[in-house]
Amino acid sequence: MQGALDAAGPQAAHIARLWWIALGVSAVVYALTMAALFVAVTHRKRAPAVPTIEPAPDAERRGRRWVGAAVGATIVVLFAFLFADLVTTRALAAIERPREMLTVRVTGMQWWWRVEYRDTVSARTVTTANEIHVPVGRPVLLELESGDVIHSIWIPTLHGKRDLVPGQRNVLTVQADRPGIYRGECAEFCGHQHAKMALVVVAEPEAQFRAWYAAQHAEARPPADSLQLAGQQVFMSKACAVCHQIRGTPAGGRVAPDLTHLASRRSLAAGTLPNTRGHLAGWIIDPQSLKPGTRMPANEMRPDELRALLAYLESLR
Amino acid sequence: MPASIPPLPAAEPADVREVRELARTWADASGLRGWLTTVDHKRIAKRYVMTAFAFFALGGIDALIMRTQLLRPENQLVGPDRYNQLFTVHGTNMMFLFAVPVMLAMGLYMVPLLVGARNVAFPRLNALGYWVYLFGGILLWVALLSDTGPDTGWFSYVPLSGPEFSPGKRVDVWAQMITFTEISGLISAVEIIVTALKCRAPGMTLGRMPIFVWAMLVTAFMVIPSLSMIATASQMLAMDRLVGTHFFNVAEGGDPLLWQHFFWWFGHPEVYIIFIPATGFISALLPAFTRRPVFGHNAVVLSSIATAFLGFGVWVHHMFATGILQLASSFFTATSIMITIPTAVQIFCWIVTIWTGRLQFTTSFLFILGFFVTFIIGGLTGVMLASVPFDQQVHDSYFVVAHLHYVLLGGGAFPLFAAIYYWFPKWTGRMLSERMGKLHFALWLVGVNLTFFPMHLLGLDGMPRRVYTYPDGMGWTGNNQLATAGAYVIALSVLAFVGNVLWSARRGVRAGDDPWVSDSLEWGTSSPPPPYNFARPPVVQGRAPLWDRTPDAPVVVGLATDRREILVTTAMDAEPDHRHPDPEPTIWPFVAAIAVSVFFIALMFTPWAVVFGSALLFPPLVAWGWPRRPNQAPGVTTPAEGGA
Ligand code: HEM
Ligand SMILES: [Cu+2]
Repeated sequence: MQGALDAAGPQAAHIARLWWIALGVSAVVYALTMAALFVAVTHRKRAPAVPTIEPAPDAERRGRRWVGAAVGATIVVLFAFLFADLVTTRALAAIERPREMLTVRVTGMQWWWRVEYRDTVSARTVTTANEIHVPVGRPVLLELESGDVIHSIWIPTLHGKRDLVPGQRNVLTVQADRPGIYRGECAEFCGHQHAKMALVVVAEPEAQFRAWYAAQHAEARPPADSLQLAGQQVFMSKACAVCHQIRGTPAGGRVAPDLTHLASRRSLAAGTLPNTRGHLAGWIIDPQSLKPGTRMPANEMRPDELRALLAYLESLR
Repeated sequence: MPASIPPLPAAEPADVREVRELARTWADASGLRGWLTTVDHKRIAKRYVMTAFAFFALGGIDALIMRTQLLRPENQLVGPDRYNQLFTVHGTNMMFLFAVPVMLAMGLYMVPLLVGARNVAFPRLNALGYWVYLFGGILLWVALLSDTGPDTGWFSYVPLSGPEFSPGKRVDVWAQMITFTEISGLISAVEIIVTALKCRAPGMTLGRMPIFVWAMLVTAFMVIPSLSMIATASQMLAMDRLVGTHFFNVAEGGDPLLWQHFFWWFGHPEVYIIFIPATGFISALLPAFTRRPVFGHNAVVLSSIATAFLGFGVWVHHMFATGILQLASSFFTATSIMITIPTAVQIFCWIVTIWTGRLQFTTSFLFILGFFVTFIIGGLTGVMLASVPFDQQVHDSYFVVAHLHYVLLGGGAFPLFAAIYYWFPKWTGRMLSERMGKLHFALWLVGVNLTFFPMHLLGLDGMPRRVYTYPDGMGWTGNNQLATAGAYVIALSVLAFVGNVLWSARRGVRAGDDPWVSDSLEWGTSSPPPPYNFARPPVVQGRAPLWDRTPDAPVVVGLATDRREILVTTAMDAEPDHRHPDPEPTIWPFVAAIAVSVFFIALMFTPWAVVFGSALLFPPLVAWGWPRRPNQAPGVTTPAEGGA
């Protein structure tokens, strides 16, 4: 579920509150207008069927007073709404100003998300894809960039959307108040597989987040057995390494998701498939049938090569 | 039928010889030749309306396929590539080939009749406009059917639509189709402006000009800046794609948001270009069905003008998620909220009109009531969307799809259907069937709400728009199924409408000249009107010229009957100014439109098209303007001797 009204953080909660106010006011306005229309339609005047060219002046005067009052009421309602909007805007701005924030750079790519945590201590960056881990209860600054066309990040349970525009740096602050997994999607049409460009935000208690971060920080595990070693060789010798990176190995591609800790992730292909052995195998052999149009080409290999490759990839926790 | 008071006798009938000569003078050639050469605004406008409805039907079939695809999660009916073409062509088609042209075409048909003129101001140009529109529309649909349909959305955001991410001809088709339809739209706007300002019947001062004509005039004034903007922008895009300019290319110092500013500076007024004529329909129809003039005539007219101005000041509310400055967005929130005020004024004035009127529950009137019920929901969600935080949640989600269809269908299609039931007898001399009409209305009301209401909930539940499929287990399936069922109800309703039109055009009850006992001039001539509209154009003495008409009302005499001639009046007071020759039918606008089409289509392949396209266009334009001596009347600029 990813409803905007199931708020899991303060921003979404503020917006949801604004929505309920707007809905309430609109419902009243709609009901009143429909009531007026209903009375206008059912109220039968005993006027002759001959067209009235000069309607009775007192009726016209009453009409003018009525319209004046209705327009006045409309303006009052609009100002009230503008006020509620400003209050919400300010509340959101207030959350965005803590001194020290965890900063995550999110880059939109044609149909997946690159996620990078820049480390202040070591020069090394933690890079992952389609999955943003955040500590519960702390605001996190998302730095938004695009690697190709315009995308838009939307995690409805946390906040409204923000575009990722080439040549421009946008930011969005999110905060999750409860642990959980929050789904999001690309909201700006970005081409062929716009429909399959999802991501998740995993909100964890601080300690768990630190553990995850430390694990991601490490380089990839070296192959533990001969099968995994063979798998690594398959990875390096086929086209895989051209596009993907596995930190700690010669594979250094940047055009596709980083696979250093692939096995620790929940999904494949930007939220398209659960990360299971079967899906992984199917994806490697024929990604186009699972996500038509994806930038990843099909990879032919013998069954034993595939088995070794899967063993290796599954070891990348 | 509400003919409860006997119609007044037609204004002083012209004598038989005069009428026969006018008929000969204004007749088209017969057969195909007449069809291709006509410059009669009624024939051209009728064609426009029918073509627009053909595109509406195609766009509807397109929508049905989309809705069927979304019936179930992970449905396999169409893949992403097809779906992207479908929604792009649906949006492009509905906006550029249906909604705007149909509204302008209603103006092209009705404005001359409502102001008592014999034709639009520039009849040959009008013919060119239609042909260019038709060819542009055909280009779009042939492209879709041959798998070259544009696939970057009707908004075609760069860089996705730029040369790097959309190689091939798909986006070029989109850009050129824009050029075609904008030329046609601009032509229609010029026709409407000049006809309304210079061809009004004597005595029809601006203060007496019908609200519908005001609405079309305001619309036409919006068309000029907004459609020229999109035509310019689409040519800039075409140049980026074709000759390697970098207007929108970040890597070379261009700006992708520049495109969005251009696009929405056109795109938001576009909505009012659809909505303001629709308000004009309501104001034109209400007097007939409430038996009284529209309450607050001046307030209604001023509201249209205010809406038009404000309509150019709100475009950024389509860009709240792009991360523009906070201060700028507050400004656009405020203007977006303000623009509801003039619309509210109009709605209240109409309600008072209904309240104090004596109602005739025709199909037309039901569609007007349906307008209130449906459009106001779209208006209210529009106010919500003006709020930056709320918009950021639902922008580009199904909530916006719901909102935009409530506005366009509620505020555009309901009044349009009302207008068609009302004016059909004017066009054909026959009534549309009221029973079929009521069925059409009931299905339409249910279908529209069933299709689009659940989409509000889908958007709040996090469903983005422009997705060809969605995963199972999101809780979106039920509402998608309701929406899809609704789309089929809409399709049934449209079938009822089409059946009604086809049947009634041949078998419908004969209407007589003025079946609704209306107040405005178009009913003062026969139904359908003769090619010259009015044998003797009326002289107007009030706002409701047919209601306050006396049997001895003055008419215009002295216009030539042996050659096409129109009366030109002054812009403010409609004093007779001079007689002006009206051009004969000719094939050259048609030929010129073919040349224009060759030009634009070749431009998708080579910039050299500018050279040979212009060369190709030159001969028909020369032939078009070549004067025909024998028909040139002497003294055409003398003041009309028989003004009133
Ligand atoms: C006949 C009933 C109609 C149905 C069932 C229908 C359905 C749809 C659907 C399913 C979409 C795609 C939503 C998305 O994924 O974003 C859509 C988009 C759209 N529709 Fe309609 N529609 C109808 C009529 C109209 C009309 C009459 C107009 C205009 C006058 C219109 C204008 C649009 C526009 C502008 C879009 C946006 C296209 C885009 O996202 O690029 N529709 N419609
Ligand atoms: Cu995207």
